[in-house]
Amino acid sequence: MIEIRELRKSYRIRERRAGPGAALASLVRPAWREVEALAGVSFSLSPGEIVGYIGPNGAGKSTTIKVMSGILVPDSGVCVIKGRVPWKERKAHVAGIGAVFGQRTQLWWDVPVAESFELLRAIYRIERGTFRKRHDELVEALGAGGLLGSPARSLSLGQRMRCELVASLLHGPDLLFLDEPTIGLDAVSKLAVRDFIARENRERGLTVILTTHDVHDIEALATRVILIGRGSILFDGGFSELLAPHREKGVERALAELYGELGIA
Amino acid sequence: MSASGGGIAAPVRPGPLAPYLGLFRMRLVRGLAYRAAAAAGVATQFFWGFIMISVFQAFARAGYSPLDPREIASYVWLQQAFLVLVVVWFRDAELIRLITTGDAAYELVRPVDLYAQWYARLLGGRLAGAALRSLPILLVAGLFPEPWRFHLPPDLAQAGLAFVALALAAALTVAVSMFAYILALVTLQPYAAFILLAPLAEFCSGLLVPLPFLPDALRRVLEWLPFRAMLDLPARLWSASLPASDSLRPFALGLAWLLVLVPLGRAALAAALRARDVPGG
Amino acid sequence: MGLWFRYARVALMGQFSKRSNLVVVTLAQLFLTLSALAAALVLFGRFGTLAGYSRDEVLLLFGIAQVSFSVVELLARGFDSFSAILAQGEFDRILVRPRGTILQVLGARLEFSRLGRALVGALILAHALRALGPAMGSGGPALAAARYATVASMTLGSGAIFAGIFVLGASLAFLSPDGLEVVNIFSDGGREMSQYPLSIYDKALRRFFTFVVPFGCVNWLPLEFALGRPGASWPAAFLPFAGFAFLALSFLAWRAGVRRHVSTGS
Repeated sequence: MIEIRELRKSYRIRERRAGPGAALASLVRPAWREVEALAGVSFSLSPGEIVGYIGPNGAGKSTTIKVMSGILVPDSGVCVIKGRVPWKERKAHVAGIGAVFGQRTQLWWDVPVAESFELLRAIYRIERGTFRKRHDELVEALGAGGLLGSPARSLSLGQRMRCELVASLLHGPDLLFLDEPTIGLDAVSKLAVRDFIARENRERGLTVILTTHDVHDIEALATRVILIGRGSILFDGGFSELLAPHREKGVERALAELYGELGIA
Repeated sequence: MSASGGGIAAPVRPGPLAPYLGLFRMRLVRGLAYRAAAAAGVATQFFWGFIMISVFQAFARAGYSPLDPREIASYVWLQQAFLVLVVVWFRDAELIRLITTGDAAYELVRPVDLYAQWYARLLGGRLAGAALRSLPILLVAGLFPEPWRFHLPPDLAQAGLAFVALALAAALTVAVSMFAYILALVTLQPYAAFILLAPLAEFCSGLLVPLPFLPDALRRVLEWLPFRAMLDLPARLWSASLPASDSLRPFALGLAWLLVLVPLGRAALAAALRARDVPGG
Repeated sequence: MGLWFRYARVALMGQFSKRSNLVVVTLAQLFLTLSALAAALVLFGRFGTLAGYSRDEVLLLFGIAQVSFSVVELLARGFDSFSAILAQGEFDRILVRPRGTILQVLGARLEFSRLGRALVGALILAHALRALGPAMGSGGPALAAARYATVASMTLGSGAIFAGIFVLGASLAFLSPDGLEVVNIFSDGGREMSQYPLSIYDKALRRFFTFVVPFGCVNWLPLEFALGRPGASWPAAFLPFAGFAFLALSFLAWRAGVRRHVSTGS
């Protein structure tokens, strides 16, 4: 379903220097610094998998997700998803995927959630009957029925995330990218989100790539984890295997020690 | 507008334009909610209208004027009433936020054309603003004593043409302002992008001073530019200082510019996105 | 005064650290002034005179309006954007400090980007004064000095009115947090209007802007005297001080606003 080989991407970051003299100099001749976000990333995914994509802040997780969801062009490398190169056939590609970016909303801020859903129906050009059926199923599964009349801005984080999940699956994608979906959620919402993802995977064969800092998300959902650090894949395999050397310390501490050992903390 | 009338709805799959109509409608409905801002805007626009009419009429008394006092008043009130439709400076703050934070790229996870999506939302926002402001301004200005009064065009044909010209003006204004958003995407300085474009467009469209007041040589040049159809054409048609029979050429030119600027803007947006490593188009 | 210079230093450092922003806003201000100037020049190019005034005579008013407005906006931006200061809770922080509120509000915002605009206004003013030199210098040195002093007092008085409008707007912000765009009618609108002699406007507008907001006293009535027109009498030279009376009254409203804010706590 996903085939990624030797993906590379570096950014140029503007260097800021201190002091008034240096400030003037950087206005005339700005200094740039190359940052390698992806230094040759390779992995592949089969349909129906749930993969936890983990690594410390700045490791390259979001960059990978952006490339895979067709909103960023890499410098080099191969990325074929369902037979398409995301940035070459963007529209066809994104019509078949769903994406939730936990830190930003895809709902329209100050209209009722139901209106946002209707607009998404227009955007993805979903047949009315199909839309109704999927909409009702998703809303019920996530317990979002009572939220439809409220504008997104008045929802709590947990309520909003339920609606985001509905929004990302209305058009029936078989591949879902979740970028930190549980960040800042309370225990009840976290569990609801996890249960929902597990069920969609089990019952409809939804393929999921999940980035998160919450090891419990990984523990509950992913059988396979891919660990990225400084732009390179450091591990690809079972979660218990990854933590085996440190198992007795509990998952959180085990992962922290692993990051330390790998020098990516 | 709304086809969701309950029961068994006939339209099954939304058509290819549905995404853009949906975005346009969303923006329009939201824009109509900003009534307090519009009320304050109306008050401001009355005041500016009075100042402009006073200044132009006082100048015009000094000698031969290409616009008579009556035409000046109608020109200025039409301009004030539809200001948000034709002034480049009227900006979509949310779109600007999307552009400067880089969130605009995230819009690309949806299967829509970015240029068309921006065009639809900008047009919707402008129409909402104009819908709220135009009627109160025109109705009240129609009741003013001379020489302040807003007059109707002499006949229906002239009025109809003025409305068509207004629609063309709105379409052109959005197409022109799009370049400021694209420039903002490149420079990440939205204020700079607009300050480069807006005063130029205001001067060249006749917003600052009606074009007939400009030196003849300059005016003849400006009549070939796209800005002319953004205000001069509808306002002059409405105030009847431009006879309908003379309007064919400016209409054709305005339409031609629209057909040039939209593809040009599309290409520029695609290039700007590529420059930021985002898939264009 | 020492405190004010501290504020100015902090604001200067802050704004120069965001240089590109400062440059952009300064340029924006310049463009706005230049396009208003272009409009006036275009109209004079076609019509030659305006209600009996020559181009340079009107440019004198134009320069006065631009200089006074931009300098006051530089210094008193804190009052102009006071609803934001209030909304962000910044004003409560001002109240817990053992210094006067006016000084602190002035110090809270200083807009150095207005310097460019002030400079253009000053250039316009200088051009007008040079062109009008012969007329203003006629009738002996004492009279000439009085005329130049009148131009100075017109500029100061005009600045006092703009400051008064900002302070009044800030006082209104205590009563209602939004809908204060109306204040812009008087500040931006006042600037735009007083670029031209008030005699071109309708009688009702002229009266309002002479007796309520006294732009007429700084712009129109003393003008004849300053220009050295025959028959203009010297008492008009003192009229611009009406601007300071307006400013003083605005500070009374400000005081009442602060007292209300302190007692209601909202």
